[in-house]
Amino acid sequence: MSELNASLEHPTYNYKVVRQFSIMTVVWGIVGMLVGVWIAAQLAWPALNFDLPWTSFGRLRPLHTNAVIFAFGGSALFACSYYIVQRTCQVRLISDKLAAFTFWGWQAVIVLAAITLPLGLTSSKEYAELIWPIDILITLVWVSYAIVFFGTIMTRTTSHIYVANWFFGAFIITVAVLHLVNSAALPVDGLMAYSAYAGTVDAMVQWWYGHNAVGFFLTAGFLGMMYYFVPKQAERPVYSYRLSIVHFWALVAVYIWAGPHHLHYTALPDWAQSLGMVMSLILLAPSWGGMINGIMTLSGAWDKLRDDPILRFLVVSLSFYGMSTFEGPMMSIKTVNALSHYTDWTIGHVHSGALGWVAMISIGSIYHLIPNLFGKSGMYSTNLINVHFWMSTIGTVLYIASMWVNGIMQGLMWRAYNSDGTLTYTFVESVVASHPGYIVRVLGGAIFLGGMFIMAYNVYMTTRRDTAAAETTIAAPSAA
Amino acid sequence: MTSFWSWWIVILTSAQIVLCAWLLFGNRKKDSGEVKTTGHTYDGLQEFDNPLPAWWFYMFVITIVFAIGYLIAYPGMGNFKGVLGWTQINQYDKTVTIADEKYRAMRDRYLAMEIEDIAHDPEIRRMGQRLFGNNCAQCHGSDAGGSYGFPNLMDDDWLYGGSPEAIKTTLINGRKAAMPAWESILGEGGIRETAEYLLSLNNREADAEMATAGARHYQTYCVACHGTEAKGNQMLGAPNLVNGIWLYGGTREQIVHTLRNGRNGVMPAFAQTLSEDKIHILTAWVYGLRKETAP
Ligand code: HEC
Ligand code: HEC
Ligand code: HEM
Ligand code: HEM
Repeated sequence: MSELNASLEHPTYNYKVVRQFSIMTVVWGIVGMLVGVWIAAQLAWPALNFDLPWTSFGRLRPLHTNAVIFAFGGSALFACSYYIVQRTCQVRLISDKLAAFTFWGWQAVIVLAAITLPLGLTSSKEYAELIWPIDILITLVWVSYAIVFFGTIMTRTTSHIYVANWFFGAFIITVAVLHLVNSAALPVDGLMAYSAYAGTVDAMVQWWYGHNAVGFFLTAGFLGMMYYFVPKQAERPVYSYRLSIVHFWALVAVYIWAGPHHLHYTALPDWAQSLGMVMSLILLAPSWGGMINGIMTLSGAWDKLRDDPILRFLVVSLSFYGMSTFEGPMMSIKTVNALSHYTDWTIGHVHSGALGWVAMISIGSIYHLIPNLFGKSGMYSTNLINVHFWMSTIGTVLYIASMWVNGIMQGLMWRAYNSDGTLTYTFVESVVASHPGYIVRVLGGAIFLGGMFIMAYNVYMTTRRDTAAAETTIAAPSAA
Repeated sequence: MTSFWSWWIVILTSAQIVLCAWLLFGNRKKDSGEVKTTGHTYDGLQEFDNPLPAWWFYMFVITIVFAIGYLIAYPGMGNFKGVLGWTQINQYDKTVTIADEKYRAMRDRYLAMEIEDIAHDPEIRRMGQRLFGNNCAQCHGSDAGGSYGFPNLMDDDWLYGGSPEAIKTTLINGRKAAMPAWESILGEGGIRETAEYLLSLNNREADAEMATAGARHYQTYCVACHGTEAKGNQMLGAPNLVNGIWLYGGTREQIVHTLRNGRNGVMPAFAQTLSEDKIHILTAWVYGLRKETAP
């Protein structure tokens, strides 16, 4: 209720664009994860590609990654950054028109991606598959985003810039640089272009981009959400300002170096591989700084976890963040990577970050946002949030546990050899052995996806909700 | 790498590591007991100014120390090779040398023996099966039974010959088949006629009139490679067309497709991938397949 008052006290905020992005977060989450479950099922039962080029694994896989990272994750980032920057700077976005352009422009990018990728139109760079005309649209949207965001910060009425905004700012600037450098290409016609780089340099630029897409798109921006929604939902001050300074600067400075760990034991020169590895190890502490600052913010308010499933989403996402940023540096060690590379272990690592961290913190944040944006006293049903929480957690655990088992098994099978020096297993035997794990993954993914449908229902009912009547039934009032 | 770029890397890397350490030590603060907030408030949010957790601080320090140690031991700082002299190439070479020492002698024993004599040796069957599974099965199938476009190696029908020498040559140099496309020469009608002729040769149901016309096309264009009796030519890898075995399918439409577009099957060369002794073992294994399945 206090939440409602807070939003009414500031009738000048631009909530329209935040509402739009929040709703699309749920929509694209469902779409992207549906495709995820589909390709997961294809790996278990290949006939599900229906023998059509448009639905083959190779075309749907980039559709999945683009839909979950840029459509789902991107919409969540836009929504939360626009909301947070207004509230913590206590000013309205500097331009409603430009903000609206970022919304419609971004949606256009996503729709174009959903058309071109199944048609097989691709630049063939992972996480930057979109063809050059779409890349240009992305650039326009991103520049507008930067203008709106930094323009709003410049007109702030608070004396300092809140830590969440540092992270969003770093995310916006870095993604702009990454996108421009990695996508540089020479067009040959309206659809195709040649990359500006060749050979090993191309690979290094690609993974400099790829790893920082992880570091800034999938990490820094979401840490920005964490720094706002965790203390809000816990109603506690952030644990340590000092820690946030150290881990922010260390994180942004070190991430940029870590790309070569994706290219261990390749044509990349030894020196570059070594630097990538040691910087990845140094990255452990800065990453954990964020987790500590989030989780310790709860000290003195642990009891809230018992009856606030939104807070539980946020805290569990931080635990998964801590886990995947421990796992990542370990996998960067060359001898470990020699086992893990090319196996499902990588896929498990990806999704402990993607489902456990990125998706769960976004879901928690959206649950906090929706009632505020629509002027309601709370979500339609706290019980359904609770059900969603358990489905997400169980889905994530099933996914990553099955991929760990598969990954380590594959790594060990591929390197096993007989007393005569020949390999013990053929590749296809390792595929057969992985089959049960693939089925468990489909199950985990389907459970996670099921939770998203529950969320969609809960959000829909909340927006339709008659606040005055509902106020008496709400069990746990959300924090202001 | 020129010494400019080498120094560039050394300086940037050192600066980066020093920066991390400075950031860390510069913000160290002893626990003063009382915890205050910074005094700023944003949308109701405040921040405590707790010191960095000690265990976290030391974890950070350890990773920095490890990084420095690693960059002394291993290549990383530009042209500096690292005191251990490690490179990924010499790690690879060393592993291969060890493996060769251990297994080469055992395998080389077979090199001196005739393929015919070792084809049924149990050791060869076992090793060959493993080598085949990891190098050949993706195309020829786990049982060497072949599939569309990939020949069956278990039967007695050979594109290039089934003698030990022919098989070994296939493995060492690979094979590239060249069956031209006939659409521009014969036209759709001519192609259909030739296809009927091939069907009739195989005693299959065929339009007699078209087959007669097809026979003329065959004599003009195909004998050079497939021979007067259409039994093929192993020098060219031109298959036998009258034995009912079809690499690219034997239905009327599949044959028409072959004639219309041509075929260019490629068997990769393994001279660079597999050592001589392994190729010898694989040859014996493939050679032994027939007798193994048809005693
Ligand atoms: C230049 C030599 C050459 C000529 C001329 C040639 N062929 Fe071929 N043909 C080949 C070779 C080599 C292959 C095997 C292709 C492969 O393995 O990819 C082949 C394959 C085929 C096949 C496929 C057999 C299978 O097992 O699926 C058919 C059918 C065929 N040829 C028919 C013809 C006919 C009919 C003509 C004349 C119109 C003709 N060829 C002329 C060399 C030739
Ligand atoms: C990339 C797929 C591929 C791989 C891998 C491969 N082959 Fe082949 N192989 C072929 C094709 C295609 C042909 C037929 C070429 C043609 O159409 O003329 C062939 C032909 C052959 C032949 C000649 C058959 C004949 O009838 O004369 C032999 C023998 C053979 N392969 C053995 C092997 C062995 C042993 C290995 C593993 C070391 C292997 N192949 C790996 C594709 C492959
Ligand atoms: C229902 C949930 C999901 C399922 C079932 C699912 C399934 C899959 C599958 C089957 C793959 C291909 C793996 C392979 O090639 O072996 C994949 C790849 C990937 N997914 Fe998901 N996914 C889900 C959710 C997500 C989310 C929410 C994100 C990001 C926020 C994400 C990010 C990725 C990425 C980045 C890859 C590429 C990994 C790589 O190349 O190493 N996924 N996913
Ligand atoms: C300190 C932090 C991290 C480090 C050092 C790290 C390190 C690594 C390493 C070593 C790999 C495997 C490369 C390979 O063998 O191919 C990898 C893959 C990956 N990681 Fe991380 N990781 C970290 C955190 C994260 C987080 C938080 C996420 C997600 C939100 C994430 C997403 C990914 C993705 C998507 C890939 C797959 C890339 C691909 O092959 O397509 N990582 N990471």
